[in-house]
Amino acid sequence: MKLRALAFALMLGSSFAGNAQTLRIGLAEDPDVLDPTLARTFVGRIVFSALCDKLFDLDEKLNIVPMLATSHQWSGDNKTLTLKLRQGVTFHDGEKFDAAAVKFNLERHKNMAGSNRRGELAPVAGVDVIDAQTVRINLTAPFAPLMAVLTDRAGMMVSPKAAAAAGEKFGANPVCSGPYKFVERVAQDRMVLERYAGYWNKAAINFERITYLPIVDATVRLANLRSGQLDFIERLAPSDVPGLKGDARFKIAKIVEIGYQGITINVAKSDQAQKNPLGKDARVREAFELSLDRDGIVQVAMDGEADKGNQWIAPVNRYYGKSAPIPKRDIPKARKLLAEAGVSNPSFTLMTPTTSDAQRIAQVVQAMAKEAGFDVKIQSTEFATTLNLADKGQFEAYVLAWSGRADPDGNLHSQLSCGGPTNYSGFCSKEVDALITETRVNLDPAKRAAAYDKIAALIQKDRPIVYLYHRHWLWAYSSKLSGFRTAPDGMVRVQGLKMN
Amino acid sequence: MGKFLAGRLASILPTLFFVTLLIFGLQQLLPGDPAMVLAGEDQDPNVIAHLRQKMHLDQPLPLQYVHWISGVLHGDLGESLRIQKPVTELILEKLPVTAQLASMAILIALAIGVPAGVISAVKKGTAWDYAANVFALWGLSTPNFWLGILMILLFAVQLGWLPASGYISPFEDLKGNLAAMIMPAFVLGNAFAAVLMRHTRSAMLQVLSSDYVRTARAKGLSERVVILKHALRNALTPVITLGALGFGELLGGTVLTESVFSIPGFGKLIVDAVFNRDYAVVQGVVLITATTYIVLNLLADLAYFIVNPRMRG
Repeated sequence: MKLRALAFALMLGSSFAGNAQTLRIGLAEDPDVLDPTLARTFVGRIVFSALCDKLFDLDEKLNIVPMLATSHQWSGDNKTLTLKLRQGVTFHDGEKFDAAAVKFNLERHKNMAGSNRRGELAPVAGVDVIDAQTVRINLTAPFAPLMAVLTDRAGMMVSPKAAAAAGEKFGANPVCSGPYKFVERVAQDRMVLERYAGYWNKAAINFERITYLPIVDATVRLANLRSGQLDFIERLAPSDVPGLKGDARFKIAKIVEIGYQGITINVAKSDQAQKNPLGKDARVREAFELSLDRDGIVQVAMDGEADKGNQWIAPVNRYYGKSAPIPKRDIPKARKLLAEAGVSNPSFTLMTPTTSDAQRIAQVVQAMAKEAGFDVKIQSTEFATTLNLADKGQFEAYVLAWSGRADPDGNLHSQLSCGGPTNYSGFCSKEVDALITETRVNLDPAKRAAAYDKIAALIQKDRPIVYLYHRHWLWAYSSKLSGFRTAPDGMVRVQGLKMN
Repeated sequence: MGKFLAGRLASILPTLFFVTLLIFGLQQLLPGDPAMVLAGEDQDPNVIAHLRQKMHLDQPLPLQYVHWISGVLHGDLGESLRIQKPVTELILEKLPVTAQLASMAILIALAIGVPAGVISAVKKGTAWDYAANVFALWGLSTPNFWLGILMILLFAVQLGWLPASGYISPFEDLKGNLAAMIMPAFVLGNAFAAVLMRHTRSAMLQVLSSDYVRTARAKGLSERVVILKHALRNALTPVITLGALGFGELLGGTVLTESVFSIPGFGKLIVDAVFNRDYAVVQGVVLITATTYIVLNLLADLAYFIVNPRMRG
C-alpha cells in the first residue's frame, strides 16, 4: 500500500508549491475573535499586527514610537494626553481615519458589552475631538502606562462605519487601517489577508497576500517550514534550535519576552494558605527559592532558551529593580531557614497545567527543593481547571506564566495589588499598593524606576510569586526572507518583510 | 422487513432524547468555569459576568437545558463564543472534511484489511497467515501520531512529494486535496485495516469449516467461487457492522491525526472546544456525532438484509 501511496504522490507532483507573492506564516494556535475590543489571545495579536494599525507601536527596545498618532503632548497636570494624528490614512472600506474615529474607537473599547479593553482604559474619562487631526484623551488621574496600552489592542482603530453596521459580529469581517485587509477565515485552518492598496506606508509592503495557518504541533510546524510550505513560523520549539542552526536555508531570530514564568504561592487567597508552611511563613518561601537553581531550570525546561529572572520583568528591562538581584542557590542557608521556621521537611502540592514546559518546571523544581528538605507533590491538571482552582484559592503553589505587557504595570498591577483580578496569591500590602499607584501616576521614568526598585525589594521579602525565567521568543524563517524586526512583545510586524 | 425497520426507527427518538440529556449532563461535570476560560488571561470581572450571562450560566440548569434543546429543535445549535460563529456553520464546514478523511480511511482499511483477512484464513498456518498477523499487530500497536510524524518527515521533509500538513478543498484543487489527505487517511486506515483483517480472518475461518462450504466444494465448485461467492459473503456480516461503527468512530475519533496533520476537521473542532470550554460547540458536535452513529447503526442493520438472506424471513 505504501508503494501505491508513493506512486500516487509522484503522480500528483508538486501542485502545492507556494506562491512568491504570498507570505505564509505558521501560528502556534488558532486565534479567537478578530475584534480588537473583544480579543483575548496572544496569537490573535499576531494577526492584528498586519490587519489593524495602532495609535503607537513598539520598537526592539520597547520604546514607544509613532504609528497612527504622529506626536503626543501631556498636559501640565498629566491628566490629558493630546495626540496629533497621521494625515491621509483610510480604513479598508475607504472611510477616513480622523479624530472622530479615535473618539469612536476609544469609546467602543470603554463601553461595548464584554469589552476586554475596559480595564486597560479604566482611567480614561472621555475623549474630545479638537480638530480633524487632533484628539484629546481626558483622564481621571495621571496614568503613565496609557501610551504603552495604546501600542496594543486598545490602540487599534477600526472603521467606525463598519463597526456600527456589524455590531457584535464585527470580528467575523474586521475592517481596520493596517497594511492588509481581511479576506477570509476558516476556523482552525487559515486566515487570509490581502494587501490594502490605500495603506499610508505602502512602500514598506512587499507581499500581495498573507496566509496565517494555525499548526499547533511544533514539530509539524517546523516540518512545514522545512518542506517549503511555510515561509515563517512563530514559537519554534527550543529543542529544535540546534538542529535548525546548521541549515543555511533557514534563519532563526530571538529576543527575550516581556512576560514571565513563575510559581505563584497561595499566601492569603483562602484558608488553605495558613494550612501549609509555604503559605504561612515567608522564611519557608525564602528557603524554597534558595533551593532552586534557575540556570538548571532554564536548561531543563527551555533547553537554555530563556533568561533567568526573579521579578515580573526581565533583568534587561529598564525598570528591573537592581536592589533585588537574582538570589543564588544556597542549600545550607535554605536548611537553616527551615530550621528557624521549625519545619525541617515541609510538604506542599505544586499545581501545574499539562503543558510540557510547565511539567518540566514542576519536575525539576521538585528534585531541586528536595535537596533542601522540601517534599513537593506535583498535581498536573488541565489548564481550565487550574484557573478555576486558583481563583477559588484551592491550591498551595501554582506554575503559572504571564504573556506580558509593554509597560511593567501590566505584569504587576493585576497580579500583586490588593484584590487584582489575577492576584491568585492573595498578596495584599498597602505599602506595595501605594508604590504601584506611584508608578502609575508618575510619568517620569527615573521616578517610576525608583518606585519599581522599592516594590522589587518588598516582593522579594514576601515572595507571593517566585519568578523563574523569561522565555526567548523564537522565530524561524526562510533565509530568503529579509526585513524581520524582533520585538519583545512577540509580534510579527509585516512592514519591511521581503522575499529576495 | 417493514416492521423491523419501523421498530428500529421508533427507537431512535427516545435514544436521541437520552443522548441530549447525557451530553448536557456530562458537560456539567467538566471542571472549570467556561466564562473564566473564555475571558482569557486578563480575567476582567466585567467580561466574565458578561460571558456568563451570554451563555445563560446565570440561570438554573434545567432552564439552560430547555434553552439549548429548544434551539436545537429549531435547527439552531448556538454560537461559538470563542470565535463568534454559529455552531451549525462550523459543523457544516468541518463535517465534510472529516467525512472525506473517514471515507478515504475506510476505503484504505477495506482494501487492505479484507483481502489480508481472507488470505490469512484460506492459507491458515502458512507464511501468508503469519505475515498478515504481523501486519495486524503492527497496525494495532503503532500510535497514529507517531506514524503521522514519521510519514511527514519522510514524504514531506525528506522527499518533498506531499505537503506536510494542511487542507485544501476538493472543489478548489482536487489534486491538492488528495495530496493533503492521503497521508492522514493512510495513518487512520492502517490502524483500522488491522482490526478488519482480524475480524475477517476469524469470520472466514468459521464459515470455511461450515457444512454448506463443504457441500459447495463437494459439488465441484472451484475454490475461487467457494471462497469469494459462498464463504466471503457470509463472513462479511460482522465486517459490515464493524465498518459502519468504525466510520462513526472515525468521525469523532480522528482527533490525534487531525492535530498532527492540521486538518480542520470535526475531531480538532471538539478538542479545541473542550479545552476552551466552548459549550455550544461541544454540545453541537457531540449531538451530531451521536446522531450519525445511530444512523450508521441503522444502515448497518439494513445492510444485513441485503447480504444475509436468512434475516429477510
